[in-house]
Amino acid sequence: MEKNIILAGVGGQGILSIAFVIDNAALDAGFHFKQAEVHGMAQRGGAVQSNLRYGDSEIYSDIIPTGSADLILSIEPLEVLRYWHFLRPGGWVVTSITPYVNIPDYPETDELLTELAAFDNIVMVDTAHIAKAAGNLRAQNMAAVGAASELLDFSEDQLLGFVEKLFARKGEKMVAVNQRAFKYGRAAGLFFRGLVDGGMPRLAAIKLSAKLAAETIDPEHAGAWAEALGADENKLETVLAEKEAVACDQAAAFA
Amino acid sequence: MKREILLGDEAIGLGAIHSGMSGIYGYPGTPSTEIFEYVQRVTKADGDIHAFWSTNEKVAYEEALGMSWAGKRALVCMKHVGLNVAADAFMNSAVTGTNGGLVLAVADDPGMHSSQNEQDSRFFAQFALIPCFEPRNQQECYDMMFEAFEMSEELSVPVMVRLVTRIAHSRAGVATRDRRPQNELDPSKEIKKWTLLPSNARVQYKHLTDKQPELLRRAEESTHNELRLAGKSGVLVCGLADNYLYENLESDHDLSILSIRQYPLPAGKVRELVDHVDELLVLEDGYPLVENMVRGLFGLVGVRVKGRMTGEIPRTGELNPDIVREALGLPALPTAHAPQTELANRPPALCKGCPHTDSFRALNEALNIFDNPQVFSDIGCYTLAALPPLEAVHSCVAMGASIGMAAGAAHAGYSPAVAAIGDSTFSHGGITPLLSAVQQHVNLNILVLDNSTVGMTGLQRSMSTGQTLDQIILGTGIEEDHFRIIEPTPRNHEANIEVMREELAYDGPSVIVARRACIEALKHGIS
Ligand code: SF4
Repeated sequence: MEKNIILAGVGGQGILSIAFVIDNAALDAGFHFKQAEVHGMAQRGGAVQSNLRYGDSEIYSDIIPTGSADLILSIEPLEVLRYWHFLRPGGWVVTSITPYVNIPDYPETDELLTELAAFDNIVMVDTAHIAKAAGNLRAQNMAAVGAASELLDFSEDQLLGFVEKLFARKGEKMVAVNQRAFKYGRAAGLFFRGLVDGGMPRLAAIKLSAKLAAETIDPEHAGAWAEALGADENKLETVLAEKEAVACDQAAAFA
Repeated sequence: MKREILLGDEAIGLGAIHSGMSGIYGYPGTPSTEIFEYVQRVTKADGDIHAFWSTNEKVAYEEALGMSWAGKRALVCMKHVGLNVAADAFMNSAVTGTNGGLVLAVADDPGMHSSQNEQDSRFFAQFALIPCFEPRNQQECYDMMFEAFEMSEELSVPVMVRLVTRIAHSRAGVATRDRRPQNELDPSKEIKKWTLLPSNARVQYKHLTDKQPELLRRAEESTHNELRLAGKSGVLVCGLADNYLYENLESDHDLSILSIRQYPLPAGKVRELVDHVDELLVLEDGYPLVENMVRGLFGLVGVRVKGRMTGEIPRTGELNPDIVREALGLPALPTAHAPQTELANRPPALCKGCPHTDSFRALNEALNIFDNPQVFSDIGCYTLAALPPLEAVHSCVAMGASIGMAAGAAHAGYSPAVAAIGDSTFSHGGITPLLSAVQQHVNLNILVLDNSTVGMTGLQRSMSTGQTLDQIILGTGIEEDHFRIIEPTPRNHEANIEVMREELAYDGPSVIVARRACIEALKHGIS
C-alpha cells in the first residue's frame, strides 16, 4: 500500500496543519512517510502545496511523480487546477468550493466550479460554511481534511486524536472547534458522495450541501435527498429559496 | 526505537544537539532557517546551547570558529548565498583547521524557490579542500551530523553538510540516539595554527593538502558511497537524486549504480564504474559538478557521459522524479487529467496592512517628478514591491547591495540614486556601504524600512532596529538634518511624500527611516 497526497491551498490557509494530522497518523500506524512542504516567499499569500506520501514500504522521492497522486486535497478550488495532472487515473480530488481571491484575474466562481464538477472523482465541500458552523472560519483546513478522511487509511478517532494534539496548546475551545469542523467536514464529504451516487449532478449536490445546516448533515440522508430532488433543478431551487438553512433530515418536505 | 517527525533541517539541528554541540550560529535564509529555529526552540528549556542569531553569515562563521578554537563543538548554518558572505572566514578555517568539531550546514536552493541563484555549495567544499556529506533523507541528515563532528575533530577540518531545499523542507520519521555530552572548555594552544601570517599559513596549507589522501581514503571506504555493478548502462547519482532514481526503478533493473553522499569524490569507485559501463548518466541536484569531473575536458574514451551538459537533464533547475524518469528513457506515467494551461498565477504579495506598502506608495509618488526613476532594492519582504501593483523597486542582487549599487550609480552621475533596505538587511550588509557613501559624501537617498523584525524568513530578531538602528546610522557621520524618521501609514501619506521630496532635493547622502512594525510580528506579539 502506498498513498500519495497533494495538499493544496494558499499561503496562510493552514495546509501544514493538515499535514501534521496525517503525518502523525502515518507515523503512529508504523508507515513510512515523507512530506515535502513550501516555506519562505510563497507563504505570503502565494500558491502553496505539500506532497505527502505514506505507505508500508520505503518511500523514496519527497516529490510525488506526475501521474502518481492518489488524492488532491485542496482548501481552495482554483488551486486544484494547478496540480491535477499529478493525479493517477482513478485518483480523487477533495476540494473546498470557497474561493480565496487575492489576485486580479481570479476566474468566475461558477465557471470554476462547473469545471471542477465535470471531473468524475471529485468530492466538493463548502468549507467556509462548515467552519463557520463549527465556530471559527479559520477551521476550513480541518473541514477539508475531514471531508477527505474517508479516503485515508486511518480511523476517524485516530485522526481526531491528532487534531486534538495539534490544537491542545491553544486551549480546549479551539480543540473542540477544530474537531467539530473535522466531523462536519467528514459528514459533508460522505453526504456529497451519497448524493452523487444517488444520481444528483455534482453542481446541484454541492449547492444543496451548502444550503443545509452544516451541523445537521448526516450521510444517512443522502439517499433520501437524491431521491427527493433527483436532477430536477426546480426542486433544488425551492430548497435554495428557503430563507434559513435547512435541516438535513427534511428531505421528505421537498419531495 | 523512538521516531520523531522532523524536517531535514530539524534533523540536522537535532543531530547536532545529540552530537554534543555547544553553540549554533547562523543568519536566517530560506531554506536553512529551520535548522537554527529548531535548536533554539528545543534548547530554550535547558539553555545550555548558545543559540542566538548572528548579524550575518560571516560573523556567524567566525563565532562558530571561535567556539571550535575553545574546544567545543559548533554548528554554523546558512543558505547557499550566505556562504558567499562567510567565504573569507570559511576558506581560511580550512587552513587553520579546527579544535572542537566545526560543522557547516549549508542549504542550497536548486530551482531558486526563494533565492537569487542556484549555486552549488559542493564547489565550496572542493575549493576549501574539506569533506562534504550530502544526505539523501532526513535520517541521514541526523546520522551524518555525528560523523561530521567526529571527523572534524579527528582530522582537524571543518566539515560541510550540504542540503537542498527539497530535503531541508521535507518531513519524515527519524530514529534518534542518546545525547553525547558536550566537550569541556579546552582552548587551543597551537598559536601558529591560528595565526595565518604567511609563514604560518604556508605550513598550515601544507597540512591541509597533506590531509587530502586521508579524506579521499575515507570517502572511498564510506558506506555512503555505494557501488553496485550490474549491466553495461550506469548511473552515478549524488545525494537525494538517489531517491528520484529508485522511485523510477523496478527491483529487477540491470543498471550499474554508484551512489555518492560523501566527498571528496571517491575516484576509485568512479573508476570501477566507468570501466564497467558503456554509458553513464550522472544525476545531481545542483550544478554538473561531478558530471564535468567525470567527463573531463575531452570526454571519456568508450563511455558516453550523459547529464546536464548533454541535454538528458535540463541545464538548470531542480531535479525531480519526472526528469529522472525521462532521462532513464522510461515512458511517462498516465495521468487522470491533462495539465492546465493558462491558469491564473498566484504570486506571493505583501500582507494586507504591511508598512512597506505605505512606504512604497509614498516613494512612488515622491519620485513621480522624475522621468522613469529606478530604485535599488535589497532582500526581504519588501522585494515583493517589485511586483504589481507597487512596482516600486528595480533591483535585488545581494544582501546590502542596494546601498553600494546606488552609490556606484551616483558616482556615474545618476540621480536620484535611491536605495531601499530593511532593518535586518541593513545590519547584515548595509552598514559598511553606508559608511562608505557618507564618508565620500555621495548624493544618494536611502530608505531604511524598519519593521523591527526579519519578516520574510519568519520573524527572527532583528539586530538593528529602533534606537540601535538610529545610532548606527548617525554613527556613520551623516548630517543630522538629513537623517529623517517617518511613520509609514496611510494617514501620513502626504507628509511622508514631503519628507522624501525634501531629501531627494538635497545634494548629498540622506537616510530616511520608515518605522512601523511588521503586522505579522504584531500579531504574534513579537514586536
Ligand atoms: S511579514 Fe511583515 S514585513 Fe513581511 S509582508 Fe507581512 S507585514 Fe510586511
